[in-house]
Amino acid sequence: MGLELINFVIVSVALLGIGIYGLSVKRNAIRMLFAIEIIINAANLNLVAFGRFIPHSGGQTLALFSISIAAAEVAVGLSLIIVAYRMYQNIDIADFRSLKG
Amino acid sequence: MADAAFLALSVITIGSAIAALELRSLVYGAIGLMGTLGGVAGFFLLLDSPFVALFQIAVYVGSIAVLILFTVMLVKRELIFKKIEDPKRKWAGIGLMLIFMVAIGAVILDSGLKSVTTDEPPVDFREIGDDFLTYYWPALILMALILAGSVTGALVLARREDEISGPRTD
Repeated sequence: MGLELINFVIVSVALLGIGIYGLSVKRNAIRMLFAIEIIINAANLNLVAFGRFIPHSGGQTLALFSISIAAAEVAVGLSLIIVAYRMYQNIDIADFRSLKG
Repeated sequence: MADAAFLALSVITIGSAIAALELRSLVYGAIGLMGTLGGVAGFFLLLDSPFVALFQIAVYVGSIAVLILFTVMLVKRELIFKKIEDPKRKWAGIGLMLIFMVAIGAVILDSGLKSVTTDEPPVDFREIGDDFLTYYWPALILMALILAGSVTGALVLARREDEISGPRTD
C-alpha cells in the first residue's frame, strides 16, 4: 500500500479552506450550514488519518463522537433556520437584525 | 491501485464541496454536499476504518443530507434559486482561502509529516467497542443525553404556536 499521511492531511486542508471561504462569503443561512459541515468533515478526516498511522483506536473513537455531535448540531441549526425563516420570511442572515444592538 | 482510488476520491470530494457552495440551486447544493460526505466516507474506507465509514454514510448521507433537503423544501421557491452574496466579499473570501491554504500547506509540507508511512496492521473495530464501553463510557452516556436533548430542543423550536389543534380546514 502506497498510502501516506501527507495526502490525507492536504485534502483535509483543502476542505477546511473551502469551508472558510463559504463561511466568509455566503449570506444564505443554509449554505453557511453546508460550510460548517464541510469543516467538521475535514476535522474527522484528520482524526481518522492520524489514528490510522499511529496506529491507535482513539482516533476512530473520537471521530464517532464527533459525527454524533455534528448530527445534533445540524438538527438544532436547521430548526433555528426554520424559526428565523418564519419570523423574517427570508434566509439572508443580513436580515436577521432583531438581535443586533 | 490505491493511488488511483485516492485521486478519484479527492477529485470527487473537493469538486462536490465547491459545487455545494457555488451551485445556484440549494437542492443541487445539498446533493453536492452528499457527494462530499460520501467522498469522506470513501477516505475512511481507504484508511482501513470500515466501521467509521459506514457510520458516516448512515448518519451523514442518510439522515443529515435528507434533513437538509426537507428544510430546503420548506423555503420559498424564489429563495432557493437566489444567490445571496456580495461580489466584493467574494474576491476577499477567495483570497483568504488561497492565503490560508498556502500558509497551512507550507507549514505541513515543511514539517516531518511527509515521510510518515505505516506497515502496521490497522486497528480492529472491536477495540473501538472496547473503548466505548470501558474508558469512554461517561462520554457515551453524555452523548446520548445531548442527542436526546438536542432533538427535543429542535422539535420544540420548530413547533408552530399559531396553529390551532384539530383537523385542518384549508
